Amino acid sequence: MLLARIVGTVVATRKDPRLEGKKLLICRLVDPDGNDEKGYLIAVDTVHAGFRENVLIVQGSSARMAYGCKDTPVDAAIVGIVDQVSQD
Amino acid sequence: MYLGKVIGNVVCTIKDSSLEGSKLLLVRRLPNGPSVVAIDAVGAGAGETVYVCRGREAAFAFKPKEVATEASVVAIIDTIERE
Repeated sequence: MLLARIVGTVVATRKDPRLEGKKLLICRLVDPDGNDEKGYLIAVDTVHAGFRENVLIVQGSSARMAYGCKDTPVDAAIVGIVDQVSQD
Repeated sequence: MYLGKVIGNVVCTIKDSSLEGSKLLLVRRLPNGPSVVAIDAVGAGAGETVYVCRGREAAFAFKPKEVATEASVVAIIDTIERE
Protein backbone atom coordinates (compact mmCIF):
# COMPACT_ATOMS: atom_id res chain seq x y z
CA MET A 1 0.00 0.00 0.00
CA LEU A 2 1.15 3.51 -0.71
CA LEU A 3 1.26 6.83 1.07
CA ALA A 4 -0.13 9.78 -0.86
CA ARG A 5 -1.47 13.31 -0.46
CA ILE A 6 -4.71 14.48 -2.00
CA VAL A 7 -4.09 17.27 -4.46
CA GLY A 8 -7.34 17.49 -6.37
CA THR A 9 -10.59 16.00 -7.49
CA VAL A 10 -11.84 14.54 -10.74
CA VAL A 11 -15.34 15.00 -12.12
CA ALA A 12 -16.70 12.52 -14.64
CA THR A 13 -20.29 12.79 -15.77
CA ARG A 14 -20.30 9.81 -18.08
CA LYS A 15 -18.85 6.83 -16.30
CA ASP A 16 -19.44 3.21 -15.49
CA PRO A 17 -22.73 3.00 -13.55
CA ARG A 18 -20.93 1.21 -10.71
CA LEU A 19 -18.78 4.30 -10.18
CA GLU A 20 -21.77 6.57 -9.66
CA GLY A 21 -21.75 8.29 -6.30
CA LYS A 22 -18.06 7.60 -5.74
CA LYS A 23 -15.60 10.42 -5.19
CA LEU A 24 -12.52 10.32 -7.42
CA LEU A 25 -9.47 12.07 -6.03
CA ILE A 26 -6.10 12.95 -7.53
CA CYS A 27 -3.37 11.69 -5.20
CA ARG A 28 0.30 12.61 -5.30
CA LEU A 29 2.57 9.88 -4.01
CA VAL A 30 4.70 10.89 -1.01
CA ASP A 31 7.55 9.29 0.89
CA PRO A 32 7.32 8.53 4.65
CA ASP A 33 8.66 12.03 5.42
CA GLY A 34 5.84 13.61 3.44
CA ASN A 35 8.01 14.73 0.52
CA ASP A 36 6.56 14.47 -2.95
CA GLU A 37 7.53 11.53 -5.10
CA LYS A 38 7.08 10.99 -8.80
CA GLY A 39 3.66 10.02 -10.01
CA TYR A 40 -0.03 10.63 -9.53
CA LEU A 41 -2.92 8.27 -9.00
CA ILE A 42 -6.66 8.64 -9.34
CA ALA A 43 -8.23 6.76 -6.45
CA VAL A 44 -11.77 6.16 -5.26
CA ASP A 45 -12.42 7.62 -1.82
CA THR A 46 -13.99 5.27 0.73
CA VAL A 47 -13.14 7.13 3.96
CA HIS A 48 -14.28 10.70 3.19
CA ALA A 49 -10.80 12.09 2.85
CA GLY A 50 -10.27 15.75 2.02
CA PHE A 51 -7.95 18.11 0.18
CA ARG A 52 -4.28 18.04 1.33
CA GLU A 53 -4.78 15.09 3.64
CA ASN A 54 -2.26 12.27 3.72
CA VAL A 55 -3.91 8.99 2.89
CA LEU A 56 -3.27 5.29 2.51
CA ILE A 57 -3.99 3.84 -0.93
CA VAL A 58 -4.54 0.22 -1.81
CA GLN A 59 -3.83 -0.68 -5.42
CA GLY A 60 -4.65 -3.49 -7.77
CA SER A 61 -7.44 -6.01 -7.45
CA SER A 62 -7.32 -5.68 -3.65
CA ALA A 63 -8.85 -2.21 -4.06
CA ARG A 64 -12.12 -3.98 -4.73
CA MET A 65 -12.06 -5.25 -1.15
CA ALA A 66 -12.48 -1.68 0.11
CA TYR A 67 -15.85 -0.62 1.46
CA GLY A 68 -18.43 -0.19 -1.30
CA CYS A 69 -16.06 -1.22 -4.09
CA LYS A 70 -17.05 -4.85 -4.47
CA ASP A 71 -17.44 -5.78 -8.15
CA THR A 72 -16.65 -2.26 -9.32
CA PRO A 73 -14.06 -1.35 -11.97
CA VAL A 74 -11.62 0.12 -9.45
CA ASP A 75 -7.88 -0.50 -9.11
CA ALA A 76 -6.94 2.16 -6.57
CA ALA A 77 -8.89 3.00 -3.42
CA ILE A 78 -8.23 5.28 -0.46
CA VAL A 79 -8.65 3.12 2.64
CA GLY A 80 -7.20 5.27 5.43
CA ILE A 81 -6.44 8.81 6.53
CA VAL A 82 -2.91 8.93 7.89
CA ASP A 83 -2.52 10.59 11.29
CA GLN A 84 1.11 9.82 11.89
CA VAL A 85 4.06 8.04 10.30
CA SER A 86 6.84 7.12 12.70
CA GLN A 87 10.21 5.88 11.58
CA ASP A 88 12.73 4.13 13.80
CA MET B 1 7.16 -11.77 -2.48
CA TYR B 2 10.32 -10.07 -1.34
CA LEU B 3 12.45 -9.34 1.69
CA GLY B 4 11.99 -6.10 3.55
CA LYS B 5 13.02 -4.34 6.71
CA VAL B 6 10.48 -2.82 9.07
CA ILE B 7 11.46 0.84 9.42
CA GLY B 8 8.42 2.27 11.17
CA ASN B 9 4.69 2.26 11.51
CA VAL B 10 1.69 4.22 10.30
CA VAL B 11 -1.27 5.32 12.41
CA CYS B 12 -4.69 5.83 10.81
CA THR B 13 -7.70 6.58 12.99
CA ILE B 14 -10.14 6.69 10.10
CA LYS B 15 -9.72 3.62 7.94
CA ASP B 16 -11.57 0.93 6.08
CA SER B 17 -13.51 -1.27 8.48
CA SER B 18 -11.63 -4.36 7.27
CA LEU B 19 -8.36 -2.78 8.47
CA GLU B 20 -9.55 -2.12 12.01
CA GLY B 21 -7.37 -3.80 14.61
CA SER B 22 -4.52 -4.46 12.20
CA LYS B 23 -1.03 -3.04 12.50
CA LEU B 24 0.27 -0.94 9.61
CA LEU B 25 4.01 -1.29 9.14
CA LEU B 26 6.33 0.79 7.03
CA VAL B 27 8.58 -1.66 5.20
CA ARG B 28 11.57 -0.85 3.00
CA ARG B 29 12.39 -3.32 0.30
CA LEU B 30 15.88 -4.72 0.71
CA PRO B 31 18.54 -3.78 -0.12
CA ASN B 32 17.63 -0.21 -1.12
CA GLY B 33 14.14 -0.27 -2.52
CA PRO B 34 11.11 1.94 -1.97
CA SER B 35 9.01 1.96 1.19
CA VAL B 36 5.53 0.48 1.26
CA VAL B 37 2.89 0.22 3.94
CA ALA B 38 2.10 -3.42 4.75
CA ILE B 39 -0.40 -5.04 7.11
CA ASP B 40 1.21 -7.15 9.79
CA ALA B 41 0.04 -10.78 9.86
CA VAL B 42 2.71 -12.26 12.15
CA GLY B 43 3.48 -9.72 14.89
CA ALA B 44 6.64 -8.21 13.39
CA GLY B 45 8.34 -5.22 14.95
CA ALA B 46 10.71 -2.40 14.13
CA GLY B 47 14.11 -3.35 12.72
CA GLU B 48 13.15 -6.90 11.81
CA THR B 49 13.77 -8.44 8.42
CA VAL B 50 10.49 -9.73 7.06
CA TYR B 51 8.92 -11.43 4.11
CA VAL B 52 6.42 -9.26 2.28
CA CYS B 53 3.67 -10.61 0.07
CA ARG B 54 2.30 -8.25 -2.57
CA GLY B 55 -0.80 -8.18 -4.69
CA ARG B 56 -4.19 -9.78 -4.31
CA GLU B 57 -2.62 -12.72 -2.49
CA ALA B 58 -1.60 -10.46 0.41
CA ALA B 59 -5.18 -10.57 1.66
CA PHE B 60 -5.09 -14.37 1.83
CA ALA B 61 -3.00 -14.15 5.02
CA PHE B 62 -6.14 -12.97 6.84
CA LYS B 63 -8.64 -15.49 5.47
CA PRO B 64 -11.55 -15.92 5.92
CA LYS B 65 -11.67 -12.19 6.68
CA GLU B 66 -11.54 -10.10 3.52
CA VAL B 67 -9.00 -7.37 4.16
CA ALA B 68 -8.37 -4.49 1.76
CA THR B 69 -4.62 -4.85 1.47
CA GLU B 70 -2.12 -5.43 -1.32
CA ALA B 71 0.95 -5.81 0.90
CA SER B 72 1.24 -8.02 3.98
CA VAL B 73 4.08 -9.06 6.26
CA VAL B 74 3.72 -12.85 6.26
CA ALA B 75 6.96 -14.04 7.92
CA ILE B 76 9.81 -12.86 10.12
CA ILE B 77 13.21 -13.90 8.76
CA ASP B 78 15.57 -15.62 11.21
CA THR B 79 18.51 -16.40 8.95
CA ILE B 80 19.40 -16.15 5.30
CA GLU B 81 21.95 -18.53 3.80
CA ARG B 82 23.44 -17.92 0.42
CA GLU B 83 26.40 -19.22 -1.52
